[in-house]
Amino acid sequence: MLTKRIIPCLDVKDGRVVKGIQFVQIRDAGDPVELATVYDKQGADELVFLDISASHEGRKTMIEVVREVAGTLAIPFTVGGGIGSLEDMRAILRAGADKVSLNSAAVRNPELITEGSDFFGAQCIVVAIDARFDDSIGSWRVYTHGGRNATEWEVRDWAKHVVERGAGEILLTSMDQDGEKTGFDLDLLKAVQQVVDVPVIASGGAGNAQHFVDVFKEADADAALAASIFHYKETSVQSVKGELKENGVHVR
Amino acid sequence: MIGIIDYGMGNLFSVSKALERLDVPYVLTSDPEQLAQCEGLILPGVGAFPDAMKSLAETGMKDFVLSKAAEGMPLLGICLGMQLLFDESDEGGMTEGLGLLPGSVVRFKGIDSEGNRFKVPHMGWNHLDPQQPSSPLLQNVEDGYVYFVHSYYVQAKQREDIIASAQYETEVPAVVGRANVFGAQFHPEKSGDTGMTILRNFCELVSKGGVEL
Repeated sequence: MLTKRIIPCLDVKDGRVVKGIQFVQIRDAGDPVELATVYDKQGADELVFLDISASHEGRKTMIEVVREVAGTLAIPFTVGGGIGSLEDMRAILRAGADKVSLNSAAVRNPELITEGSDFFGAQCIVVAIDARFDDSIGSWRVYTHGGRNATEWEVRDWAKHVVERGAGEILLTSMDQDGEKTGFDLDLLKAVQQVVDVPVIASGGAGNAQHFVDVFKEADADAALAASIFHYKETSVQSVKGELKENGVHVR
Repeated sequence: MIGIIDYGMGNLFSVSKALERLDVPYVLTSDPEQLAQCEGLILPGVGAFPDAMKSLAETGMKDFVLSKAAEGMPLLGICLGMQLLFDESDEGGMTEGLGLLPGSVVRFKGIDSEGNRFKVPHMGWNHLDPQQPSSPLLQNVEDGYVYFVHSYYVQAKQREDIIASAQYETEVPAVVGRANVFGAQFHPEKSGDTGMTILRNFCELVSKGGVEL
């Protein structure tokens, strides 16, 4: 039986981790490789690096980070943020990432999902979906560009579409819950789980270990991602996993 | 020296970096002369079975691997590289494999005997259940989990070729082997300490001169 995965997410800008990270005494809190190593030791099952560099130089630096992480860690990791072409995917995967995550570019050009999946295999194509509840459609609407641009897509329709196009996994972020620390959006997750048969990573809203228990037991997410509660040491991967075990959730 | 076979498929970087972490000397090449100097071979692979067999044939690696395996050189196939060791796969139509181990590769059905859907690919950390704990590849492997990513799995003809397995609706061969030919369905280079131990065991077997045939 597969275990449920816990995935810390690191925002990287110009080769450095941004958004303060406040745990443990490490030499340099901005170094992606050192931080990744700490999470690995805590028992993280996988990592996501989100490249938020706005410049070409920053993106080139990201490739170096990927290379270094791949050379240090023996756990899988995904790289997302600004990936817009087959060439971008190739550069990141060749540098040693296990998966790439597509977001805005997938909405702009869904063919990119198909091309990436055909070329590199579905297992390394993650589609990240940012969704917010919209009263006017009575469901969740898909947004792009970090939540700034609304699309025409309803979340279930888009999720089905990306899987048909070859996505191997969905990273589903609730914009309503993101940053609230009141728990994952279980309704959104359940809605998407019903229509796709690829793994779904829950994201947005984790505030404590119980929220992870809920997302696995109630929404049957395959994995759960969080950033700030790990970075600010509000909890650790270890203690989340301890709580999950106590509640009968199968973890590594 | 371990030779990592470069035939244009798969993430060679992660395997080579894992060997560096183990301090094991290796070459990563498609040159048969360089590979022939090695004491053991790793056949990596991510991608589609038919493409991989085509690349192996076109690069001359198919004949090379078959002849070295017949000579007794230790060989480890990883992920798709393990599937290639078997007779055939139904991925993209029936495709012939290397035929070093008897069995075929089939796609997960995605639906269990009671009609419930399950997810394909089999992606994530699963428990490794040793079937032959005395295998050299499983030495010092305690109770552990390893990282899988695959949509096709092996149906081995011979029970004794399955060294370890994992449960994912059905029994999934996870480590296979016969004499000097081994395979790992999961990614040992991405499977934390357990994976690194299995990789180290293979390298030690190579440095000790392989297995007695």
